[in-house]
Amino acid sequence: MKKLINDPRAVVDESVEGFGLAHADIVTVSAEPKYITRKDAPVAGKVGLVSGGGSGHEPLHGGFVGLGMLDAAVPGAVFTSPTPDQIIPATLAVNSGAGVVHIVKNYTGDVLNFETAAEMAEAEGVQVRTVLVNDDVAVEDSLYTAGRRGVGGTVLVEKIAGAAAERGDDLDAVAALGDRVNQNVRSMGVALSACTVPHAGVPSFDLEENEIEIGIGIHGEPGRHRIPMENADGITDRLLEPILSDLGVASGDKVLLFVNGMGGTPQSELYIVYRRAAQVLAEKGITVERSLVGNYITSLEMQGCSITVLRLDDELTSLWDAPVHTAALRWGI
Amino acid sequence: MGLDVDWAVRWLTLSAQAMADHRVELIELDRAIGDSDHGENMDRGFKAVMEKLAEAPPATPGAALKLTAMALMSKVGGAAGPLYGTAFLRASTSLGDAEDIDPAALAAAIQAARDGVVARGKAESGDKTMVDAWTPAVDAAAAQAAAGDGDVVKVLLAAAEAAEAGAVATDPLIARKGRASYLGERSAGHRDPGAVSTALILRAAAGAAE
Repeated sequence: MKKLINDPRAVVDESVEGFGLAHADIVTVSAEPKYITRKDAPVAGKVGLVSGGGSGHEPLHGGFVGLGMLDAAVPGAVFTSPTPDQIIPATLAVNSGAGVVHIVKNYTGDVLNFETAAEMAEAEGVQVRTVLVNDDVAVEDSLYTAGRRGVGGTVLVEKIAGAAAERGDDLDAVAALGDRVNQNVRSMGVALSACTVPHAGVPSFDLEENEIEIGIGIHGEPGRHRIPMENADGITDRLLEPILSDLGVASGDKVLLFVNGMGGTPQSELYIVYRRAAQVLAEKGITVERSLVGNYITSLEMQGCSITVLRLDDELTSLWDAPVHTAALRWGI
Repeated sequence: MGLDVDWAVRWLTLSAQAMADHRVELIELDRAIGDSDHGENMDRGFKAVMEKLAEAPPATPGAALKLTAMALMSKVGGAAGPLYGTAFLRASTSLGDAEDIDPAALAAAIQAARDGVVARGKAESGDKTMVDAWTPAVDAAAAQAAAGDGDVVKVLLAAAEAAEAGAVATDPLIARKGRASYLGERSAGHRDPGAVSTALILRAAAGAAE
């Protein structure tokens, strides 16, 4: 294992410390318990937005703390959900009295820890609503699985719910918008190589040189099936088809197309994937109104990408366009 | 003879030792069907338990388990933190202020722990989770306690053996809960790491009484 680290057990501490130093104009970092808040939190009268999850997905979630997006991010250990003793103080720190929305990716650990924290924060008098993100079409949503995972769609939920909170929507309205984004977004990913969790020291799974994993999650947990390596257009088609059929988009619909890198794939390749996805959408008469291409929800140094499609309406588009000032997304300000 | 607070502290100490000794094994099991963090998280959690025990020595077994619950809930993360936290908290509540635990109270505490795990995680037997180690342990402990010879060590040994057998029996199962469920049929042929850590903790409980 070759990594730019000092000590496998200090990776999150040192990385978050560096993040705080680099973005001191936007965020404040609490070292113990560990959480990141928007510098001017709590913002008077505004609903607070808190998200969090295992580390290793940077810039998610800390990179999305700031004006127009999250008020706090709670990083766990690498690929491990944060704990209630972090989530509760983060929730209290961003509560202006207008309540707090927890944005939670649907993973068993995240759900259990946020659920416990929400109960305890409510006992402290904070109104909490939870938006559960489960956009990954690779997983069958049935009684026989933990349900669909929250992946790329999380970034879009955080941006749009964040814009709604910034314009002054109340607690229930912000949560409802988060749910609406989740209902209209689908994603699917692929891994060309595994990633190595620092404290584990070995790759999270084994992929042969000529194999790829379709339906990969964002924790290096294997996906649904393995196939021989294909070209970019072929892989793009395999990811996009289930997304479009599950979302039920049709000719005339407007969408946001998000091609996300898993951390180890160059931007140039992401644009090759974007090119093909845009071609397919155009052929189907679907208008790509907005786009996002880059590494926004990663899996350490994994090679691969995910495709996310969000069905837009005028309100969602305008909230997407609203000003945002975070370490990883900034426009309109 | 019964089980007192010294036993509880020995149990937790042996559990911490077991998590450190089996850290890599648990990481490897989790790597196969999860996300490679279970051994690391449990090791970190029980190290925190040891620190808390040193800071504020508990007066009763119930108090020791409550302290353990809080430390695990706040330090483990993942699904295991809330699940083990709830298990130890429910067991603590079940034991109350008793200074000494008899077989019936012990069996009831193990059942309370299992019921807590089920309430939090919503898993059932056969879902390839830690419940598959807890439930055989509950049944074996109840049967041994009902046998009526008053020997708590036999109850602990019965629970540990049943949990170990339950963990082994997860090998062929297809996971229906937790991260392994995303693998579907590919989860078969691997042992559930949560069931293994449960068996380690119950074996430590027996070891502390022998």
